[in-house]
Amino acid sequence: MEIKKKKGIKEISPIDVYKLLPRTNCGECSEANCMAFATKVVNGEASVDLCRPLFTPEHTAAYGGLQELLAPPVKTVTFGSGESAAVIGGKHVLFRHEFTYQYPTIIAIDIADDLDPDALSERVNQVSRFTYSYIGRTLRLDALAIRCVSGDPARFREAVLQVSEVSPLPLILCSHDPGVIGAALSVCADKKPLIFAVTAKNWREMGKVAVHYSCPVVVSASGDLSLLRSLARTLQDWGIEDIVLDPGTYHGEHIATTIHAFTAIRKTACKDFDPLFGHPLLGTPISVWNGQELSDEMNRWQEAYLSSMLITRYADLLIMHSLEGWVLLPQLIWRFGIYTDPRKPVSVDPGVRPFGNPGPGSPVLITSNYALTYFTVEADIKAAKIDCYLVVADTGGLSVEAAVAGRYFSASKIAESLREYKVAEMVSHNYLIIPGLAARLSGETEEESGWRVLVGPRDSSAIGQMIREHWPPAEE
Amino acid sequence: MPDPVKPDISALIRLLGPGIADLLSGREIELEHVTLEFSELELQIPLSVPLPVQNPGIVSGTHPPSFTGKIPDSLISETFFAEPETYSSRIREVTIGGTRSEGGSRGRSITVGGSSSLPFSQPEHPPAHPPVISLDVFDTKISMPKVLRAHLGDVMDDPAAWAKLNVEKFGADMVTIHLISTDPLIQDKSPREASRTVEEVLQAVDVPIIIGGCGDPKKDAATFIEISAMAEGEGLLLNSVTSDMAEVKTLEPVCKAASESGHCLLGFTGLDLNNAKELNRRIYPHFPPDRLLMDLTTVALGYGLEYSFSIHERARLSALMGDTELQHPTLSACTNAWSAREAWMNLGPGFGSVDLRGPLWESIGGITLLLAGVDLFLMMHPLAVSTMREVSSRLMNPGMPESHGADWVSAKI
Repeated sequence: MEIKKKKGIKEISPIDVYKLLPRTNCGECSEANCMAFATKVVNGEASVDLCRPLFTPEHTAAYGGLQELLAPPVKTVTFGSGESAAVIGGKHVLFRHEFTYQYPTIIAIDIADDLDPDALSERVNQVSRFTYSYIGRTLRLDALAIRCVSGDPARFREAVLQVSEVSPLPLILCSHDPGVIGAALSVCADKKPLIFAVTAKNWREMGKVAVHYSCPVVVSASGDLSLLRSLARTLQDWGIEDIVLDPGTYHGEHIATTIHAFTAIRKTACKDFDPLFGHPLLGTPISVWNGQELSDEMNRWQEAYLSSMLITRYADLLIMHSLEGWVLLPQLIWRFGIYTDPRKPVSVDPGVRPFGNPGPGSPVLITSNYALTYFTVEADIKAAKIDCYLVVADTGGLSVEAAVAGRYFSASKIAESLREYKVAEMVSHNYLIIPGLAARLSGETEEESGWRVLVGPRDSSAIGQMIREHWPPAEE
Repeated sequence: MPDPVKPDISALIRLLGPGIADLLSGREIELEHVTLEFSELELQIPLSVPLPVQNPGIVSGTHPPSFTGKIPDSLISETFFAEPETYSSRIREVTIGGTRSEGGSRGRSITVGGSSSLPFSQPEHPPAHPPVISLDVFDTKISMPKVLRAHLGDVMDDPAAWAKLNVEKFGADMVTIHLISTDPLIQDKSPREASRTVEEVLQAVDVPIIIGGCGDPKKDAATFIEISAMAEGEGLLLNSVTSDMAEVKTLEPVCKAASESGHCLLGFTGLDLNNAKELNRRIYPHFPPDRLLMDLTTVALGYGLEYSFSIHERARLSALMGDTELQHPTLSACTNAWSAREAWMNLGPGFGSVDLRGPLWESIGGITLLLAGVDLFLMMHPLAVSTMREVSSRLMNPGMPESHGADWVSAKI
């Protein structure tokens, strides 16, 4: 039995898209013509929905055709409502370098329904409060997974009610008992929570609950990929489309099983367009808490590295238990990184940035145009309240360390930047502070630029101290 | 040695389908009136069978789901068989460290590389050799976060003692001695002095040794040439040779010296596969490719780890698909994790102590690149080392769990 092979996103040419566009070059999408727009669409840089004429009746069929052509092999599933709704899945490819990964992994934190109301509110608030400032963005947690620990439908319903009153975050309702899930949905179906889970044992009853409240579901079959397919197939035939796959998250000794299962599922979806595995994947690092008796610290440690492995290997949604910052921070940062466009370094525009009220006697510093480097240096200069000029060299968006190694940040690049941005006209001295990580460039830089080089700290947090102690530089 | 039968079997599985189980068990089976035995087949199939492309075949009995809108009478049974994936090429194997029989004094040599499939994608295809961990030793006091220093005690002034600690206490497979003191901008110590330090380390431990330079293309060349001759037969890995060396014309002499004395080379490039390939092409005329490793650059988590991750995935995929210039084992300096301030800086009570955050930063960087196929890791923190060791050995030896997963849903935690 052969499935008709659909084109992968990398095989779709602009012509394929162009053929289905109105081809009037109307410019409403703000592109010069339909061909330019088609190119952007296949590169993932524009949505076909920007083509307004497609929404007129005469183009209905073409719009449908485009939707089908561009549909990712891994479907999207939305849960939650309003602005904080979570979208998961939507993956086109197995490898990040092929095409930017879409829809960053949603990270949900569990809430047990047997917590007393104060503890429950406090935990929900802790999740909402957890933020970290990173290259000019605020990283945060995305969702709450409420677990029925009590076994009591009424208690679970109360907990769900309480959580949805204090937090707008999307919810995952966790119980294998359709009665428990039904009780909660009777009060929160409008919030469109994700149901965990349909299993071999409860599929009929849980399926009915999902259909009744039209909520998305997780199908769960730990360690049995054939059963997972059977469940997905059964629900799809039934007419349930919003499905998330849970192949089980094993940890410790069986971590390989988890990695192999996630990989096999995603490969089957992306390479073979398999409709049964073409759904988002749920990873449950929280599983480590139910393993052998280990200290809390060990559990957190295991949960931390397991979570990052699952973000790397294709998880679209994670349920975690640890709320410790040291466990969550690497997940939020890795999630951010792996979902960036692999073709474009995260960079800022090169040039000269004044800080405070710099004058002719103010220090001149130089750094790379990698966004993280820039925002870190910026924050440190602001915190130190220094008046200075910061030259942002075009290092192709690489950090200082990588740029020095790859020779994107070199003596000639520094000299070129100083000339191009006319830095000499801004100050009356010729001292340049270079990053400590570029210390080895100092001699060469003095030769090439004619500026005198002061080697700054290896980490920009020490810039304030350096300026206070060494500026203005003592004349030799 | 690779098992030349492996790709053939997978090809056969594709062609033959379910009967293969009988075939693999050595029993005779009947194939359309032709009786074959496994041992015969093994000889008949040429190594690079062009595999039938088309149809996923993976999914036996799959039909496109037919929407009914009705509750199915019973669970509709589907099966899953992960189709083995084979590649036309494999990564070269490189052996580091020379034992007595090879003219050196190492207790054992270590082989890296040899992969013939994507890392940890299929239980049937673990990497040919387990990932290897080398721990750092510096010949000069360098600034280092307290959380790293704390484990070292008083060995920081004594490279030989430090190397011993790395091997005996922290279980290092190899030791890297970084000859920072040779840097013309720091102490500018002579190649002769550096060579003496290496001698001490060679005497202190019997694991294979990696020699780290200072990054200056002329000075490193002089140091490497001196050490190559001194340690003939020891099978050192010289870290590293660069395009800068080619420019100042020291690449060829280093390659020749390392080649004559039986050492291995690490080609270092900055996150650019074209540069990596070009450097390798410059090395090949003077050095045997089966003793060459690549360092494609490891950036810390939060500072561009994703670039390192993707470049390693791309390199490995291209290599397996036939790009001979990339068919080298790779090395990651995941100690670079410690350049991330999130690894060592106090971020306030909400982000915990660096005693855990720091080694976690190093662990996650390393494990992420392990999943991208890196073969050899330069590491520092003992907790990161033991985590990496544990994860990689579990990934290497997959076993099917007996239970059907712990029930976290209703667990009291």
